[in-house]
Amino acid sequence: MTQQPTNSAASAGGVAAPPPTGPVRLTINGEEHTLQIAPWTTLLDALREYLHLTGTKKGCDHGQCGACTVLVDGKRINSCLTLAVMHEGEDITTIEGLGTPENLHPLQQAFVDHDAFQCGYCTPGQICSAQGLINEGKARTEDEIREHMSGNVCRCGAYVGILNAVKEVVDKESLEPRK
Amino acid sequence: MNSFTYHRATAVQDAVQDKAGHDGSAYIGGGTNLIDLMKENVARPTHLVSVGKLPLADIENLPDGGLRLGATASNADTAWHDEVKSRYPLLNQAILAGASPQLRNAATNGGNLMQRTRCYYFYDLATPCNKREPGSGCSAIGGFNRVCGILGTSESCIATHPSDMCVALAALAPTVRVSGPGGERSIAFDDFHRLPGNQPEKDNTLEPGELILSIDLPKEGFNKNFSYLKLRDRSSYAFALVSVAAALELDGNTITDARLALGGVAHKPWRDQAAEDLLKGQPATVETFARAAAKVLEGAQGHGSNDFKVELARRAIVRALKQAAEGTQTASDVFQNSNP
Repeated sequence: MTQQPTNSAASAGGVAAPPPTGPVRLTINGEEHTLQIAPWTTLLDALREYLHLTGTKKGCDHGQCGACTVLVDGKRINSCLTLAVMHEGEDITTIEGLGTPENLHPLQQAFVDHDAFQCGYCTPGQICSAQGLINEGKARTEDEIREHMSGNVCRCGAYVGILNAVKEVVDKESLEPRK
Repeated sequence: MNSFTYHRATAVQDAVQDKAGHDGSAYIGGGTNLIDLMKENVARPTHLVSVGKLPLADIENLPDGGLRLGATASNADTAWHDEVKSRYPLLNQAILAGASPQLRNAATNGGNLMQRTRCYYFYDLATPCNKREPGSGCSAIGGFNRVCGILGTSESCIATHPSDMCVALAALAPTVRVSGPGGERSIAFDDFHRLPGNQPEKDNTLEPGELILSIDLPKEGFNKNFSYLKLRDRSSYAFALVSVAAALELDGNTITDARLALGGVAHKPWRDQAAEDLLKGQPATVETFARAAAKVLEGAQGHGSNDFKVELARRAIVRALKQAAEGTQTASDVFQNSNP
């Protein structure tokens, strides 16, 4: 599947030469995509502007807020601080790949149950980050979860709910020994 | 971000040759610092040589009893590696004190050494900065310099190296193995980063085109008596105002060997071997530690809004050495310490 950007800066009457675009093959939520994108396209912009997977949010765009967190081969990273072209051959999971409105992921259900958001802008990043935390298997206690979620900022200050939601799912999944 | 071309290197030789063949090119590992600098137009490479997928991610034992940390291993994989946790817990602590889990997953070991200062003016294109624009002047001197250095500064630059990992490495004294157009060589860690002098645009002693292959730790890991103490404006996910890596060998209450390095105070991770020598053979007491702290800070000089760092560093050194001597720090204490 090849997709073009809907609002490319190049089509807005710019004077620069056409950017060197190339096919970049990405596997997003189990589906393969081939994108014609310039090498400077971040993974975040590829997801949002080319694949229209707008669940992943652009907050600060500088790796400081965590709203753009996605999972790459199960590990959480900031999609704003990496280039899409760097991730050919890797499995990328976004919030759209974790659950659906009809079939919520346990973390999504816990966020609802614990009132873990207000505006919701940081929530996809919080949930992807929490899934990364669970995959890592290092954080169990409240203090540990706070420390290991410190890369995700919530401007509404829903931290108490977020902590309780993540703790509930961590507790359910923490039957394995600590890694 | 400016436009650039991109090449994913398939081997070290391919990376070095591709870099040499492109003026204005840069290596990119995890990209967490470089891409940020490119978004700010502080870095404007015309070509990127991607080295993140090179087969340099292994962490393996060396014949001399040391441990090799591959350049492209992530900071997270390094911190949580069993050999690092058990033999070099000071390094485990320092890495986990830095950045966020997301950044540590993406950032590479080589990139951690190569990351650039977070001095406000280095990032601000509207103001002079000798590191960004040689000869333009230093806005931090006489400006806002809360995050700047107090040791080894120059009239050209008072920026600090921002890494936590590198402070522990300075104490552990590994060598950095590099490859470049002139072949392969090893650099003692203390010689890798440099002081600003009149060339603050140069952060380190790499020759043009050289690529980090690994960081080779010596056998001695100081895994019984150590502390990484990081003081910052919030309890997690902030750069150090002052940090201290302290490691001791003790015979009873007598210090037989010592390592002491500071972060957040200088253009390079600041190891002070004169202060270490002063600790050796002495009883592990607060008085001894205070003498070592005084030695480290003999030439310290504040620049206005960072004047507090001199006293903060003095107290932090004493506290870190005390924690190290008490041998109370384990990897899991990091979590407790980060939540006062």
